[in-house]
Amino acid sequence: MDWSFIISTTLLAAFGIEAIVFGLAAIGLNLQFGYTGLLNFGQSAFLAVAAYSLATLVSQMGFSFWIGIVVGILAAVLLALLLGVPTLRLRADYLAIVTIAAAEIVRLLLRSVTLKEWFGGSDGINDFSRGFYDLNPIAIGRYTIGPISLSQDQLFIIIVGWCLVALALLVTWLLVRSPWGRVLKGIREDEDAVRSLGKNVYLYKMQALIIGGVLGCLGGFVYALGRQAVNPDFFGTDSTFFAYAILILGGAARVFGPVLGAIIFWALIQGSDVILRSLIDAGVPVVSLMTASQAAIIRFILVGAGLMILMIYRPQGILGDRKELALDAR
Amino acid sequence: MHRRFLAALGAVFIALIALFALAPTAAAEGEQVSGRLENRVDGGRTPVPGVTITVTGEGFTESTTSGADGTWVIPVPAQGAYEVSIDVATLPEGVGLTDPDKVIIKTTVQPPNINRIIIFPLGESTAVTNSKWETAAQLTFEGVRFGLLIALGALGLSLIYGTTGLTNFAHGEIITFGALATYTLNAGFGLPLIVAAILGVVLTAIFGAFQNRSLWKPLRKRGTGLIAMMIVSIGLAILLRNLFLFFYGGDKQAYTEFVGLAGIKFGPVAVTPSDIVVVIVSILALAAVVIGVQKTRLGKATRAVSDNPALASSAGIDVERVIEVVWIVGAALAGLGGILLAFTQQVSFQMGFQVLLLVFAAVTLGGLGTIWGAIVGSLVVGLFLQLSTLVIPSELKNVGALLVLIVILLVRPYGLLGRRERVG
Repeated sequence: MDWSFIISTTLLAAFGIEAIVFGLAAIGLNLQFGYTGLLNFGQSAFLAVAAYSLATLVSQMGFSFWIGIVVGILAAVLLALLLGVPTLRLRADYLAIVTIAAAEIVRLLLRSVTLKEWFGGSDGINDFSRGFYDLNPIAIGRYTIGPISLSQDQLFIIIVGWCLVALALLVTWLLVRSPWGRVLKGIREDEDAVRSLGKNVYLYKMQALIIGGVLGCLGGFVYALGRQAVNPDFFGTDSTFFAYAILILGGAARVFGPVLGAIIFWALIQGSDVILRSLIDAGVPVVSLMTASQAAIIRFILVGAGLMILMIYRPQGILGDRKELALDAR
Repeated sequence: MHRRFLAALGAVFIALIALFALAPTAAAEGEQVSGRLENRVDGGRTPVPGVTITVTGEGFTESTTSGADGTWVIPVPAQGAYEVSIDVATLPEGVGLTDPDKVIIKTTVQPPNINRIIIFPLGESTAVTNSKWETAAQLTFEGVRFGLLIALGALGLSLIYGTTGLTNFAHGEIITFGALATYTLNAGFGLPLIVAAILGVVLTAIFGAFQNRSLWKPLRKRGTGLIAMMIVSIGLAILLRNLFLFFYGGDKQAYTEFVGLAGIKFGPVAVTPSDIVVVIVSILALAAVVIGVQKTRLGKATRAVSDNPALASSAGIDVERVIEVVWIVGAALAGLGGILLAFTQQVSFQMGFQVLLLVFAAVTLGGLGTIWGAIVGSLVVGLFLQLSTLVIPSELKNVGALLVLIVILLVRPYGLLGRRERVG
């Protein structure tokens, strides 16, 4: 067993692109679900519109990197408005079904042959990240941090990604301790009570959906730039559910919950995967009966089982407060 | 309490492995692709000799011509994915493919199907393109057929929602379970398809009852909230779907002894025998459940529980027993839906997951928790799905159906047949 390889892969997963992307997605969900109680099951669509705005504008239409970013954020705001207007007046489970349907619509459109000219069909788009990496001030070379070795570009996107995470956390922290944030929590606990105080519940919910969507869409940018490619099938419902698993693992309605959740989630996922693979390579009995592709499925089985067990036994996750989080809804 | 949940989870896991691991997986030699070309006109079958068939794939290409009895065999060197094509130019005059687009059929040679039988349905050459009206009629039929299949899933989902309030995201995996169980019994154990299908429905019903007893009932007892339960069902869906993938792999499989029979023409509509089976069986199943809910004592109790569980309980109705029956019936319906769906779409680990959103759309459209609503909503979704392909590319038909869901919710948030109540 090559322990240094196992440790470096696990660490890279825990602090690399995946953790950042899903951390940001979960921070957005935290504001929507954790603080406001909105069941947004379409978070992957927010990541998708951001990533594809950047990719399509830069690669297919020749706009600059910054225009791609600005349009991506505007697209996320627009998506939130489109989703929110019909559903935010409805019961929680309706919002869940409509958002999941909308996310699927976005994914199907992105991968369709009809719109291939713009979105690249099921192959996606891959030549748009030059404008970003041209901004990289880090000198060319390999950088070794502990057991991990990174190129200057990898290091750059990881640094930028964690800065975005920090920024998103700061925004969340400032928002939820403000009077505005207290109204959100009030809506989560008892919507009618808040309404009777003269607050426009619909407007607050809409604002939470938009801000959560924009925070999440930053994850879409990091995904696109980190991979230097966008692929429609990454933005399926499973990605949204992973973000939920991360949020619940870390602790919903806690500022640091999503980030802690993302780090632990990806460390567990990649760590278990790489350990399993090296056990197979080492020819350990029983385990070696699995093929490599079966071994890769094990981690998703674990995600499913983990999400169930967490939700049943510790719905507040690692950091959360069970009393605060009344997941039970109207 | 903790131990019981874990034990239950473990039991689900072991039960699934026990069922699936029994499927024979031994590799054998003698991989081949074969078939028999028959011209089917007016119920008669005549062999079609002298037609060139080519198999390519895995770096291998081989052609052959069909013999005097219409049969052809091409041994392939290894397991893997192959494309089988028919040279239409070598067909005798007046004979053509009943589906002109099916010149190439993709197949996978792997255990247990190392001898892949490929059928090119031949019939009278229908080179003339159908008129718009004929296409619409054909699509209407297909829409109704698909709508009925969705309804089988939707009715169960709606009954479970009505009685327990659970929005079950793992319902798609019950659909898949039915098809996979039938496939295992049919292709793995060699049971005739009908026997395998009946056993498949029974197994799925048991699966539903087991799921309710080991997972949902304890959760209800402990007072777990509805949203928490919804998230648990998402976890269960991810768990089950990946277990299916683990044991069955990602390829699509077909039932054995399933033959692509020639279509029968009813006016402008071409119907295959399997279509007729699908439509009749699903109508019978839906009718039986609807009549059961409307007329029997248990059905009345079910409606009472849907209406108000606490009141039903105080009236002496055993709520838990009603819920158990609802789970059994709902799972059996979903399993049947999956079994029938696999006639047209083949069996795969994510077949249920892929239709789940349409099932949700149907249930929401009709009105959550209403029985007729689920059926009407399903037919609307099925018809819309197929008829929309007249206007939009068929790859985008799901987009249309999901958009309709959102638009209808804007106008009638309680669904087409739902009661007018505050839902927000």
